[in-house]
Amino acid sequence: MIPEIGNFALIVGLFLALTLGVLPIIGAARNNAVLMGVARPLAAGQFVFLGVALLCLTYAFVANDFSVLYVAQHSNTQLPTIYRISAVWGGHEGSLLLWAFLLSVWTLAVALYSKHLPEEMVARVLGVMGLIAVGFLLFMLMTSNPFDRLLPAAADGRDLNPLLQDPGLVIHPPMLYMGYVGFSVAFAFAIAALLGGRMDATWARWSRPWTTVAWVFMTMGIALGSWWAYYELGWGGWWFWDPVENASFMPWLLGTALMHSLAVTEKRNAFKSWTVLLAIAAFSLSLLGTFLVRSGVLTSVHSFAADPKRGIFILTFLVIVIGVSLLLFAWRAPKIGLGGKFDPLSRESLLLSNNVLLSVAAASVFIGTLYPLFMDALGQGKLSVGPPYFEAVFVPLMIPMLLLMGLGPLARWKKVDAPELARRVRWAFGAALVIALLLPLTMGKWSVMVSVGLLLAFWIIASVSLSLRERLAGRDDFMQRLRGQSLSYYGMQLAHLGVAVFIIGVTMVKGYETERDVRMDVGDVLNTGGYEFRFNGVTEEQGPNYVAGKGHVTISKDGKVVTELYPEKRQYNVSGMPMTEAAIDTGLLGDLYVSLGEPIPDSNGAWAVRVYIKPFVDWIWAGCLLMSLGGVLAISDRRYRIHNKRLAEAKTEMPLEEKTA
Amino acid sequence: MMRFILPFVVFVVLAVFLFVGLNLNPREVPSPLVGKSAPAFTLPQLHEPAKQFSPADMKGQVWLLNVWASWCVSCKEEHPVLMELSRRNMVPIYGLDYKDKQADAELWLKKGGDPYVLSVADAEGRIGIDYGVYGVPETYVIDKQGVIQYKQIGPVTPQSLTEKILPLVAELQAK
Repeated sequence: MIPEIGNFALIVGLFLALTLGVLPIIGAARNNAVLMGVARPLAAGQFVFLGVALLCLTYAFVANDFSVLYVAQHSNTQLPTIYRISAVWGGHEGSLLLWAFLLSVWTLAVALYSKHLPEEMVARVLGVMGLIAVGFLLFMLMTSNPFDRLLPAAADGRDLNPLLQDPGLVIHPPMLYMGYVGFSVAFAFAIAALLGGRMDATWARWSRPWTTVAWVFMTMGIALGSWWAYYELGWGGWWFWDPVENASFMPWLLGTALMHSLAVTEKRNAFKSWTVLLAIAAFSLSLLGTFLVRSGVLTSVHSFAADPKRGIFILTFLVIVIGVSLLLFAWRAPKIGLGGKFDPLSRESLLLSNNVLLSVAAASVFIGTLYPLFMDALGQGKLSVGPPYFEAVFVPLMIPMLLLMGLGPLARWKKVDAPELARRVRWAFGAALVIALLLPLTMGKWSVMVSVGLLLAFWIIASVSLSLRERLAGRDDFMQRLRGQSLSYYGMQLAHLGVAVFIIGVTMVKGYETERDVRMDVGDVLNTGGYEFRFNGVTEEQGPNYVAGKGHVTISKDGKVVTELYPEKRQYNVSGMPMTEAAIDTGLLGDLYVSLGEPIPDSNGAWAVRVYIKPFVDWIWAGCLLMSLGGVLAISDRRYRIHNKRLAEAKTEMPLEEKTA
Repeated sequence: MMRFILPFVVFVVLAVFLFVGLNLNPREVPSPLVGKSAPAFTLPQLHEPAKQFSPADMKGQVWLLNVWASWCVSCKEEHPVLMELSRRNMVPIYGLDYKDKQADAELWLKKGGDPYVLSVADAEGRIGIDYGVYGVPETYVIDKQGVIQYKQIGPVTPQSLTEKILPLVAELQAK
């Protein structure tokens, strides 16, 4: 019964979305207030019905309703309740439902926080989002309905993929999807602006906070995914350039470019058509990511079951959405005009180069990801593109970008006096250079790569400090100056510091990690990286839905015990799949990482053990966290808050904190 | 005007590629190797790395070369079918353990049973490239002259066995 309610709610949601996609847009074209006025109630209705659908599916999982095919495929009575809930998005159909639901959340959020926008703009934005929802709901109902029945019901379910039975996977997909879907708002604003022919600084000011929020979610989503891969896959890597990782990374790169070019459009009324194109491209890549993951066109560890029918549907949807947007762009963009003029050396030009480099980086990732497909389509055989390509292409693009990143916030709009800028930054750059050259020596080994990486990181830190000093130092009251800067300024600097922290993490791990794969008998001691790893053997332990071999490793340094680690090798009851649970001692200066390989046959309890020492690895994710916090600060800026305060007085439904949390 | 239509043109080209890619993928690409001699190799045997195996050793016999790996999920599905086939003693099955760790592979065979006369270890996947392996499992039917007569992509199922592989094997053995 409950699944039927869910199915029904989905169908109602589809019709609400269809109405939302048609009436308000017609209303905006004819200037009909009644038709435009239905947009907000429809957005609310769509949210309610998709919410009901999601709850129904969750209920089916919690109640172990194995007469629902999707539940039978992805759950099991032994599965702990928390994973039964996250199993809702553990497969293709359910994750689509999550996608659609989150889209309705964003649509509702736009409906609530758009009181200050002109009515026809709101109608168009919500209408475009409604049309996107139509595509996804149709896709779900026609090819991938999560409520399909399995009759007679299965006695028990096939269990959730053990890889996904992990706290990280409970929050990683919702976060990432919030990011993916969030770019639909910037996209809808861009399309609305193209439709309305109104493209100016106010348009940029409206779409900017939405873009930033989506970007924050996406940053956190990707970081969580990377962190999960680090501790769950047991290989100690944090990024694999897997097609699905790339599918999330490409929109992130373009979203980052979009955030920066929106700043130029808002402040200087420049780059307008470029900004629109970026908004279209960022969301298009989100959609393309969905296509790549779900059509089976590329092989990846993340792929959902391949089904040609689904592939055709998404491709058609993709062609309609992206094709129509780009045609609209080709038709309307020439009329937008070019906007404010600027010198070859100015903050505008620096931001432009940021945009170009980020877009080229996204393009190079794109080519690398789809190259196997292109070659196959041209009859050139099957091949795969690995990390060496991506590293060889990506890193050289990032070096100039990061160097310019230090200059950007220091440069003035319109025109920069180059010698003057050089004079301002020379000490900052000099300091960064000295630190970058000397610091690796304290680690015992000097290498060019480490120095270059550290130079970039410290150059950013130094330029952020310089900017803060220039703004805050003075004869008058320091606190007043501190308060005098806008939150978005602090947000930007914090996010830039996050990039520096991230680079330090990547550089130090690449430069100084130790990886040892050894056979260890009970009582064996391994000395590496200044630590002593003592293997105390493996004992058997019973988990809720698995049996684990639990290893015990004592780590000491200079005779003193540092920590005890308990890595596990689990065998899940239902799927029979073995799973590695690494044990990690996390520290500010690095991780001690131990995972169990395989038991050595015909031995007295010996195991293959992997021991990794990963200096500064957590800085990678800390950097992402700082970038996200920077984004949160930026959208908390007064000029957005004023709107929201006015809003809050008018009608309080959802505080901003909740939306950005 | 031209530069504004450019993104659309690029997208159309991309969409065409995606469409072609979509149709390529259903995993039944005919192997260019069918009808050609099985590529030669000499690899250490999985259980006794000191000993080598080469397809040339099999001249005069019809045999199956099954590409498998302990990390491969579909191989689990296929495994009972191969066990049953090896019990029936109709055709020798040789395994090519693809991009695998020896310990993992041996453990896998110990747990699930070993349907293979012997397996060879292709740890780096070099031989897999020669054979055009792009998804594990794959199974090749090789005749007495060492020519590949058929390639099964994906797991061997009872159906594919009775409908395709076993009739072909019988026909080749009669030659």
